[in-house]
Amino acid sequence: MAIESNPNGVPYTLKAKDFATDQDVRWCPGCGDYSILKQVQTTLADLGKQPHETVFVSGIGCSSRFPYYMETYGMHSIHGRAPAFASGLKIANPNLSVWVITGDGDGLSIGGNHFIHLLRRNFDLNLLLFNNQIYGLTKGQYSPTSEENKRTPSTPYGSIDHPVNPIALALGSDATFVARSMDRDPKHLKDMLARADAHRGTSFLEIYQNCNIFNDGAFEVFTEKSSKPETALLLESGQPLVFGLENEKGIRLDCFTPVVVDLNKDGFTKDDLWVHDDSDQLKANILARFFDNPAVNPSALPRPFGVFYQTQRPCYEEMLHQQLNAVVENLGEGDLDKMLAGGSTWEIK
Amino acid sequence: MATLTQEKQAVIIKFAGDSGDGMQLTGGLFTDDTAISGSDLATFPDFPAEIRAPIGTLAGVSGFQLHFGSERIYTPGDRFDVLVAMNAAALKSNISNVRKGGTIIINEDGFDSKNLRLAKYDEDKNPLDDNTLEGFEAIKIPVTKLTREAISESTLGTKEKDRCKNMFVLGFLLWRYSRSMDTTTKFLNAKFKNKPEILDANQKALMAGYNLADTMEVSNDRYLVKAAKLAPGKYRSIMGNDALVLGLITASKKLGVPLFYGSYPITPASSILHSLSKYKNFGVRTFQAEDEIAAVSSAIGASYGGSLGITGTSGPGLALKGEAMGLAVMLELPLVVIDVQRGGPSTGLPTKTEQSDLLQALYGRNGECPMPVIASSKPSDCFEVAMEACRIAVQHMTPVVLLSDGFIANGAEPWRFPKASDIPEMKASFAKQDENSEQFMPYQRDEKLARQWAIPGTPGLLHRVGGIEKEDVTGNISYDPANHEHMVKTRERKVEMIADYIPEQKIESGHESGDLLLLGWGSTYGVCEAVTNSLTKLGYSVGHAHLRYLRPFPRNLGELMKRFDKIVIPEINNGQLVKVIRDKYLLPAIPFNKIQGTPIAHEELFDFALNLVDKG
Repeated sequence: MAIESNPNGVPYTLKAKDFATDQDVRWCPGCGDYSILKQVQTTLADLGKQPHETVFVSGIGCSSRFPYYMETYGMHSIHGRAPAFASGLKIANPNLSVWVITGDGDGLSIGGNHFIHLLRRNFDLNLLLFNNQIYGLTKGQYSPTSEENKRTPSTPYGSIDHPVNPIALALGSDATFVARSMDRDPKHLKDMLARADAHRGTSFLEIYQNCNIFNDGAFEVFTEKSSKPETALLLESGQPLVFGLENEKGIRLDCFTPVVVDLNKDGFTKDDLWVHDDSDQLKANILARFFDNPAVNPSALPRPFGVFYQTQRPCYEEMLHQQLNAVVENLGEGDLDKMLAGGSTWEIK
Repeated sequence: MATLTQEKQAVIIKFAGDSGDGMQLTGGLFTDDTAISGSDLATFPDFPAEIRAPIGTLAGVSGFQLHFGSERIYTPGDRFDVLVAMNAAALKSNISNVRKGGTIIINEDGFDSKNLRLAKYDEDKNPLDDNTLEGFEAIKIPVTKLTREAISESTLGTKEKDRCKNMFVLGFLLWRYSRSMDTTTKFLNAKFKNKPEILDANQKALMAGYNLADTMEVSNDRYLVKAAKLAPGKYRSIMGNDALVLGLITASKKLGVPLFYGSYPITPASSILHSLSKYKNFGVRTFQAEDEIAAVSSAIGASYGGSLGITGTSGPGLALKGEAMGLAVMLELPLVVIDVQRGGPSTGLPTKTEQSDLLQALYGRNGECPMPVIASSKPSDCFEVAMEACRIAVQHMTPVVLLSDGFIANGAEPWRFPKASDIPEMKASFAKQDENSEQFMPYQRDEKLARQWAIPGTPGLLHRVGGIEKEDVTGNISYDPANHEHMVKTRERKVEMIADYIPEQKIESGHESGDLLLLGWGSTYGVCEAVTNSLTKLGYSVGHAHLRYLRPFPRNLGELMKRFDKIVIPEINNGQLVKVIRDKYLLPAIPFNKIQGTPIAHEELFDFALNLVDKG
C-alpha cells in the first residue's frame, strides 16, 4: 500500500494522478510518451513509491521533458549526460529510487559513452530508453536507431548509417537487467516497469515509442493487432518461445542457430522449443540478434519483448559505501589535526 | 685537508637528469630535509610530458629546482648556484642558467659517445674536456661506476643497481649542506619495508655518496644554510595539490557536508584524485568518471543529492565541462570546479605551467553564465582557497571555479599548518518542509540572493530543476522575455553580491600608494613579492597587490589601483587579467607577459618594473 502523510499527518493511498504535476504536458497530441507517462505514474502508485524519495533524471530531447510531469523530485539535465548526474546522486543518497529517462539520440548518440559506463557500474537505478528511431525535438533527423536508407531532412538521399542495437549494446556492457517493451501495450509496459524497479542494479528498459509526427508507425508492425502476433515474440522465463495468432509457431535452437518451426506442420511439439531462461546470458545474446527489419526481410525472426536477461551483481554505490565504512573501521574516523600535520613536522619557537 | 664550513644565506640547486634517473625523488627528498632544517624554500619541478622520453635525449631531461635560505624565499630562483647533471643532455639544457662561478656536479658516466650524440654535442668534443665548464666549479664524479661498486655485493641486476645512483648523489649533497642522512633513511625504510634487497642497496649508495663528499679532496667545502626567521609555530612541507585536498576535506568537515569528488585523470590535476581517494575515513567519496563531462555531471548530481560536489581538471577538461557548469549556474547548486592550469591551447604543454584559463573560467560558457572565480597564489595558499571555494559554493548556492596551476600544484614550501579547532565552523543548511506554505518555491531567495538547498528525500519539497529558463520564485519553465532578462540579471547580481562577503583587497607588501602597483593573481605571487621588495629597498614607491578573488573583485580594488601612477600586471599568459581590469575599470594597466611554460624570473620582472619607475 502506498502510504504518504498529508500535511495533517493523515496517511492516504496514492493514486497515479498524485504523481502528476500541475504543469501542462507539452508533447504532441498522439505521442507515445503520453502512454509511457501514464504507465509510469500508475506503476509508481501501485508499487507504493514515496514521491519525495523518487527522482527522475533526464537528458535532452522529447522524452527528457518527462521529469517536469512527475510529482517527485526531478532534474532535466544536459544532453546525453543524465546517467552521470544520476550516478553522483546515487552515491550521495543510495536510498533514493532513481529513474533515468532518455531517448535513442540522448542515450545512444551523444550519451552513448555514459550509457555503457552506467550499465557496467551497475548503479541501483532504472534506465528507461524511449526509442522512436528519430530526432523529434530537432524536427525529424534520423537517429542512431533509425533503419538504413531512411530519408530525413539531414539525409534526403537516404541514410547510410547502420543502426545500433540497444539490447545488444546493453548486454555487451554487462547490464544486469535488460528488457524491451512498447508504448502500445500498457499491461506489458507496467509489468516491465515493475520488474525493472524490483531488480537491484541498473535496469535497462527499452520502450518502443511512436513519434506520430516525424516517424509515425515505425513500430506498427510489432504493435498493431493485425501483425503483432506474427512479428512480436513475448518472452517469459520458463516458457517456450512461441508466437503466431494461435501460438502455433515456435523457435527451436539448432545448435546456436534459431529456427522458426510450425508446430502444426513441422512435426515438433512445444517440448522441442527453446525455453526462455532470463538468467542465460549466452542465449540472451542470441535473442538480442532477433533484430532484422521485417520490412526489409520478410522472413525476419520475430522481435522479442520482455526480459532478455537479468542477474545479480553488487551495485556500485553499495560497494563504494562498503569500502568507505571498511576504511573507517580500519583507520578510525579521520582526525583533522593528524591530517593537517601529515608525515613529518618541525617547530619554530 | 680540513673541512671548512661556510655559511650561506640562500642556495639554488637544480637537479637534472634523464626522466628515469629519479631526479624528482632526489629533489623531493632533499627538499623534505631542507624543510625540516628550518630554512624557507620554494621548489619548481620541471619534467617532460612523456613518462619515459627516449633515454639520454634533450627531450627526456627532467629537472627539479630548489631555492632555500635563511631569509624569506619567494621564488624557486633564476640562476642556479649548483647544477647536478646526471648526463650530457641535462648539462646541455641547463648550463646556460648556472650563475657565473656556480658549481656543476657531473656524473661523468653520463657522457659516453652515445650520450653526447643524443644530447647533440659533437661526439669528438666532450664538454667535460673542452672549455664548456670554464668559469664554473666542476665536480666530476663517475656516479654510475661508484654506485655499482658500492653495492657490488647486492644480487640486484645492473639495471636495478643503476637506479640507486640518485641516492648516491643525494648522499653527496646532504654532506655538502651539513645535513644528516636521518630523514632520507627514514623515508627509505618506510618505502622499501618489504623489499630488503632494494632498501639495502639504496642505503649503501646513499652512504657511499655521503662518504665520498667527506673524503673527496676537490670539494670538501661544506655549506650551512641556517633556519629562516619564520613565524613561530608548527610547520610541514606542502605541495599545492595536497594543500587543495586538505582544504577540501577540512571544508567538508567544517560544513558538515560529505565531500564528493568526481574527476577524470588529467595532468597536472590527477594527484588531487589520488590524494583524496586515500582519505576515505573522512567520508570522502571519490569517483573516477568515464570522461570530463561525466566527472562534472556526477559532482552536480551529488550536490543535488546533498553532498559537496567537487570536480578537478586542467584546461582541456574545463572546456569539456563548460556546458554542465552552465547547468549548475541554472540549477543554482553548490559546485567547486578546480582547474590546475597548464600551457594551452588544445593539449598544449601538459606538464608546463601557464595562467592559461582565466578568460575561459570567467567567460568560457554559452549564454550569460556568471560564476565566482578564485585563485590560489602559492602551494600553502591552496588550503585556504579550497576552503573559501567550498564556503562560497555552499553559502551562495553557486558553482565556483578555483584556479591553480602546474607551478603551484607541484611546487613545495614550508607551511605553518593550523589547528583544526582554530578554523571556524562554516554554515551549511538544507531546506526543510514548511508546514505553513502550500507549495515549495525552489527559486525563492535569501538576502544573498541564494536559493535554498532542497535535497531529494526531504518530504514536502518536491520540485523539478533543469537547464531551461526558470520562472522567478516558482522555478517552473518559462519562456517569458521579461522573466529571462530578470533571471539573467539576478544570477549576475547574486555573483556580484559575493563582494559583500569577502575581504577588501590589501597591499601585500611595499607602499600603499605611489609610482607603481604590481597587480598579480595566481602563481606570480612570489616573483611579485620579491621584485616589490627589491624595488622598495632601492627607494622606489612600489606596492604589490595579489588577487585571490577574480570574480567578483574586492569592492575596493578600483580605489586601490587609483592610488598608483602605473599598474603592471605580470602574467604567465598573453595578457588575460589585464584585459578584464582595463574593461572593468578603464585604467591603462600595463601587461607583462611570459608564455614559456615556466615561472617569471625575478630579473625579468625587476628590469621591466625598474625601467617603468625610472622613466617616471
